[in-house]
Amino acid sequence: MTTWKRKDLLSMQELSADEITAVLDTSAAFKQVGSRQIKKVPALRGKTLVNFFVEPSTRTRISFELAAFRLSADVVNISPTTSSLTKGETLKDTARNLQALHADIIVLRHQSAGAAQFLAERLQSSIVNAGDGAHEHPTQALLDVFTIRERKGRIAGLHIVIIGDILFSRVARSNIWALLKLGARVTLAGPSTLVPRAFAEMGVAVSHSIDDILPAADVVNLLRIQHERQQKQFFPSLGEYVHLFGLTRKRAEILKPDCLIMHPGPINRGIEIDSEIADSPRSVILDQVTNGLAVRMAVLYLCAGGKKLG
Amino acid sequence: MLPPSSSVLILDGPAIERALRRIAHEIVERNPALQDLVLAGIPSRGVEIARRLISIIEQIGHARPEFGRIDVSMHRDDIRERLSPVEVSQLPLDLEGRTIILVDDVFFTGRTCRAAMDALMSFGRPRCVQLAVLVDRGHRELPIRPDYVGKNLPTSLKERVYVRLRGPDEADDSVWLSKP
Repeated sequence: MTTWKRKDLLSMQELSADEITAVLDTSAAFKQVGSRQIKKVPALRGKTLVNFFVEPSTRTRISFELAAFRLSADVVNISPTTSSLTKGETLKDTARNLQALHADIIVLRHQSAGAAQFLAERLQSSIVNAGDGAHEHPTQALLDVFTIRERKGRIAGLHIVIIGDILFSRVARSNIWALLKLGARVTLAGPSTLVPRAFAEMGVAVSHSIDDILPAADVVNLLRIQHERQQKQFFPSLGEYVHLFGLTRKRAEILKPDCLIMHPGPINRGIEIDSEIADSPRSVILDQVTNGLAVRMAVLYLCAGGKKLG
Repeated sequence: MLPPSSSVLILDGPAIERALRRIAHEIVERNPALQDLVLAGIPSRGVEIARRLISIIEQIGHARPEFGRIDVSMHRDDIRERLSPVEVSQLPLDLEGRTIILVDDVFFTGRTCRAAMDALMSFGRPRCVQLAVLVDRGHRELPIRPDYVGKNLPTSLKERVYVRLRGPDEADDSVWLSKP
């Protein structure tokens, strides 16, 4: 039996190190399915998965959709334009309708923190959080950790530097939880407006000068500057951001030769990262995309086999 | 999990060794082209048995069949009833023209074997698939039968068969039957 018993994946904060490791080990097996002649297994045959993306997303939705196809599940996509949410229906009512249609798994992306938790407590269906506001994005953290483990062979003892828009980033929050639970050292860096000192309470270091910390990094994870989440200006100009926090060609020279460079995408070439660095051998940005598919297959498989807790 | 203390010993170490030797001889007899052969163990104990069969065949047959491991969990039809750990499979890149012998410890309903055959077909199209098991306890639910059997063990549905092997179990080689 596996250590995984949950029907839902809501956050990294609630998972134990053993549960995270169970997902990573399962992901390694599912990654191999992609190299077979027939890239499809019958594990979720006859199950219905609803991709319920209230907040727009293309890459995460496609990754979940392809993961579900490879597990032989049937998939329905609901986006804001096709959903009655715009007609005033509440999240709970929409979800209850989905359950009445016997959706076995609901993958939810929502602009409100806690939306996935809200549904999980009310529905029998498995709920997978595909991003809830600035709270968490657990599958992104799992694929990041999987990619690091695949390349480095371990997580414990590594020094991971996360640079950029931490304040608004559910990716950062989920990554921090996952990395700390697995024994990594984490340093956050970026403008003080986007990387408040309060994050130190989570057990991470906070720096506002990346040139001091880059030489010791085993992994650099660059987060996208999310223009759409920023109602006001958090730094004077993009030019200044690049000057202080962009992973430029020159700055990349102070990294360890085997330092991994990661980015959850979509990348703003020339802002968080120079084009040349994004395409360099140290960059694992496309591995992250491939691994995301395997990790999401593992998550769907595990949650479909899990039971409601409590 | 340890067999309950009331269990009856069915096979001890030497008996398991003899059974595997006999299976190895039967495999060599039926498959002259040993170099085309792949022995694919079903995790976890089938993998250990496959390894042992390969080394015996190498001793007696002068050629070493290839080792394989085949994960069946993602091909099972009972995900809601039991969620087994998924493992990475290991099989030759090209199965065309190869003979695959699936290897498992206990043969029961036949559902694991069906899942293993499905999994195998997703890797390619082997020429022939055979099945070797250490213990056949009966109660088939599918029209499948093994080609090589270490021990035929008539059981009731309430009984449980425990196989313990050096390596995966950190125990002496033994097969036990527990009465309800």
